[in-house]
Amino acid sequence: MVHLRDMPEKLRDALVNQELPAYESTPWVDAKPLAESRVAMISTAGLHRRDDPPFAPGAGDYRIIPDDVDTDELVMSHISTNFDRTGFIRDVNTSFPIDRLHELIEEGVVGSAASRHFSFMGATPPAAMEPVARDLAGLLKQDRVDAVLLVPV
Amino acid sequence: MGGLAHILEEEGIPTTHISLIRTHTEKMRPPRALAVPFELGRPLGAPDEPGFQRRVLLATLKLLERPSGPVLEDFPDEPPGTGAEDDTEGWACPVSFAPPADDLSDADLVCRALEQEIGLLRPWYEEAVRARRRTMFGISGRTPEEIARVIADVLVDPSGTAPPIEGESVAVGFKRLADDLRYFYTEAATARPDANTGDVAVANWLWGETTLGKVLVAIRDDAMDSEDPSFKALAVTAMVPTHQRHRTKHG
Repeated sequence: MVHLRDMPEKLRDALVNQELPAYESTPWVDAKPLAESRVAMISTAGLHRRDDPPFAPGAGDYRIIPDDVDTDELVMSHISTNFDRTGFIRDVNTSFPIDRLHELIEEGVVGSAASRHFSFMGATPPAAMEPVARDLAGLLKQDRVDAVLLVPV
Repeated sequence: MGGLAHILEEEGIPTTHISLIRTHTEKMRPPRALAVPFELGRPLGAPDEPGFQRRVLLATLKLLERPSGPVLEDFPDEPPGTGAEDDTEGWACPVSFAPPADDLSDADLVCRALEQEIGLLRPWYEEAVRARRRTMFGISGRTPEEIARVIADVLVDPSGTAPPIEGESVAVGFKRLADDLRYFYTEAATARPDANTGDVAVANWLWGETTLGKVLVAIRDDAMDSEDPSFKALAVTAMVPTHQRHRTKHG
C-alpha cells in the first residue's frame, strides 16, 4: 500500500511538511441544494483520453474529459511514481468517480453533470496553475456549473 | 488541490474536495473537504467497490449543503479489503523469470534480456486487456520492444542516445517510455482475476526481481550524478517510487 503510514519516515515527513501557500482566510460561496446542482469534476491525477498529449513535467495545463467519455479511453500520464495505479488500472472510478456521479444523478440525488470535466497533473506549483484555474472558472460558468468536486490522487 | 479550491471559490464557484493528506488540507484551509484514510492513488478508496465509492462521493458532495465553513470532516471507514491487500504472500507474478541480467554494460545484451521478459509477459498482458477491455499501456505510441531498445541505450550511453520522443529531452522521452513499459509489466502481472493486489506487492516484484527494475535502478543511480539537469531533476523524485528507493545508490 502506498499509504502515508507505511512510507519511510523521511519521505513521509518531506511530503507532509512540504511548503504550501499560506491562506489567511477561506473564500465561501453558498451552494445550491445538491439535487438542483450541476456538478463538474476536476482531477489532479494526470488523466486524459488516449489521443490527447501526455502531461509533461511541471505542466500547469489541463485536459478536457467530456462527460460522455468512453472511460476505457482514459489513461494516466502523471509523472509521479509515488501513488498506487493498480486501483485505477482495474477501475477508473477508484480515482475518477464518473460512473458513481452518473448513478447519483439517475437517482435524483445530484442535479446533473457538467458537459466537461477536467484533469490537471498534481504536483504542479500552485503559482503555475493559478492563471489557468482562473480561466477555467469562466469556462465552468459558461457550462452553468453550480459546484465543483475536486479529486486528488 | 486546496489551491484550486481557493481560486474557484474566489471566482464564485462552490467547491468540495477529497483530501488524501489531511495535514495539507489543515494548512490550506479550503472551503469544504473530506479527509479520507486511503492510500495515495485511491481517493475513492478501492477499485470495483461501487457501494463504498458511492459513500465516499456522497459524503464529499453533501458538504456542499453545509451553511458555513470552512469544513474539514473525516471519513471514518477504511476501504474494503484493507489488510488483505497488504498480503504480498497472496500474490505472485504469473510468469517465473530468470534472475535479472548480471551484466548491464552491453546495451544489446540488456535489450535482449528485456525482450525476453516482454515475450513472457505478453500473453498475460493480452489476457489483462481482454478482461478489462482497456489498458494504460501505449501512451508513448511505442511497442514494448522499441521501448526496451531505448532503455538499454539510455542505460549504457545516455548522452549518445537520440531523444526518443520528438520535441522532448532524452530524459523526458525516456521517462515517458519507461512509465509506459511499467504499465505493460504491471497489467500483465496483475492479469489473473484473483490477483487482488496493491502497488507495493507488484512494485516489489518489478523493481526487485526483473531486469527492467534492475536497469531502471541503474539508470536512476547514474542520473543522480548526471550533469544533464533534466535527468537529475527527474531522478530525484520521479524515477523510482519512494518504497523502492532502498534499492538505489542514493536512496
